[in-house]
Amino acid sequence: MRNKFDMQLDSLKEQLIHMGELCEIAITKATEAILEGKEEQAREVILADEEIDQAEKDIERLCLKLLLQQQPVAKDLRQISAALKMITDMERIGDQASDIAEILLTAKLGKAKPNEDIGVMAQATAKMVTESVQAYVDQNMMLAKKVMLADDEVDRLFEKVRQEIIDYIAKGNGEEGAEAIDQIMVTKYLERIGDHATNIAEWVEFSITGNHHGAQAIHDREKAGE
Amino acid sequence: MGKIDIKDMDLFYGSFQALKNVNLEIEANKITAFIGPSGCGKSTLLKSLNRMNDLVEGCRIQGKILLDGQDIYAKSTDVNTLRKRVGMVFQKPNPFPMSIYDNIAYGPRTHGIHSKSKLDDIVEKSLRNAAIWDEVKDRLKKSALGMSGGQQQRLCIARALAVEPEVLLMDEPTSALDPISTSKIEDLAADLKKDYTIVMVTHNMQQAVRISDNTAFFLLGEMIEYNNTEKLFSIPSDKRTEDYITGRFG
Repeated sequence: MRNKFDMQLDSLKEQLIHMGELCEIAITKATEAILEGKEEQAREVILADEEIDQAEKDIERLCLKLLLQQQPVAKDLRQISAALKMITDMERIGDQASDIAEILLTAKLGKAKPNEDIGVMAQATAKMVTESVQAYVDQNMMLAKKVMLADDEVDRLFEKVRQEIIDYIAKGNGEEGAEAIDQIMVTKYLERIGDHATNIAEWVEFSITGNHHGAQAIHDREKAGE
Repeated sequence: MGKIDIKDMDLFYGSFQALKNVNLEIEANKITAFIGPSGCGKSTLLKSLNRMNDLVEGCRIQGKILLDGQDIYAKSTDVNTLRKRVGMVFQKPNPFPMSIYDNIAYGPRTHGIHSKSKLDDIVEKSLRNAAIWDEVKDRLKKSALGMSGGQQQRLCIARALAVEPEVLLMDEPTSALDPISTSKIEDLAADLKKDYTIVMVTHNMQQAVRISDNTAFFLLGEMIEYNNTEKLFSIPSDKRTEDYITGRFG
């Protein structure tokens, strides 16, 4: 029985990696579509969200089957319950990437020059998602911790872009306010994606240690020099 | 201090050491589960708690087992009194070949109670406490051997309760029962712990998780880990515990 269980756990990890890859692609493609005005690519991202939703359902079904069949305890139980929580965050990431893509299709971003830092934020958040899932698969606490700390940079960029957009609106006497607001929404979605990746990393911490101290505790420990 | 304190206990069957330096504090009014692979010493330890091992030739014990602070292996300890205070229910239901009533009245009679009304009261109270009164109240004079396995096991629990023990030892009490009877015994154990201290050996991990407050894991005669059940089954502190409960060996 244990052999079969191990195989099922391997399959769970593979499916999580696949879902993580879908999220990473969605974030990268959606942001690229916005920055370069690629409408067709934006439509692809919106369509691909269905695949992410399906991946969530498949993983959820597998986790429930494992709970029923194997009645897991200890680390097995922590890994399966962490996976169940992680996929909720990943599904939201998919939705938010799709929301970013939709902004291009519904808004007029034509005149305003997109803020370059949005691209940097997209890269950073996509990396956080990939690394948080990898940390789960490898049960790598250091990598999970790295993801939690990386969210600081995303938050810093959000504040920076926000301020730049405020200045931009002020300079144009509110002329291009609509474009500016669309840009701030894109930035906010990316900032939220960073938060979801942090949540995933926190569940990785739980699956490894049994504790769910969260990112704040990691920050406090970093500050204390531990 | 626990209800039962086991201190530096070694147990030998001849030259074979079945238990090695066991230290354990069993809390009053809690269910304590003993788990571990076959031959790990958990049943041996359970039987030591009311000196059932006295009957095994070549069995020798070092260290101390204290019940409310009193050494149960001290020369001054009366074994009959000890077994009245520490009752036992076995893996296989073992009703005496007599009526349901007489099964329950047997213990109180040996302890000198002969008044019919008093015995009637004890029989009813014990059967009620063992959650079987309603099923048998109309056939108390019928043979206990005609009952189902689950009923027989609850009868054995009622029989143990009839002498008003303080501690109830249960050696895999549901391993021979179907899921419905198992569920009844588990509910019963959870109910009884307000009045009794229960120690249970079980091979069923989920049962230990469901009903026990504390769990001790044994391996090759050693107690590897003793902890709050929820903690032991979610974040075990010893790798051997983790390997056993997740089915990696044993």
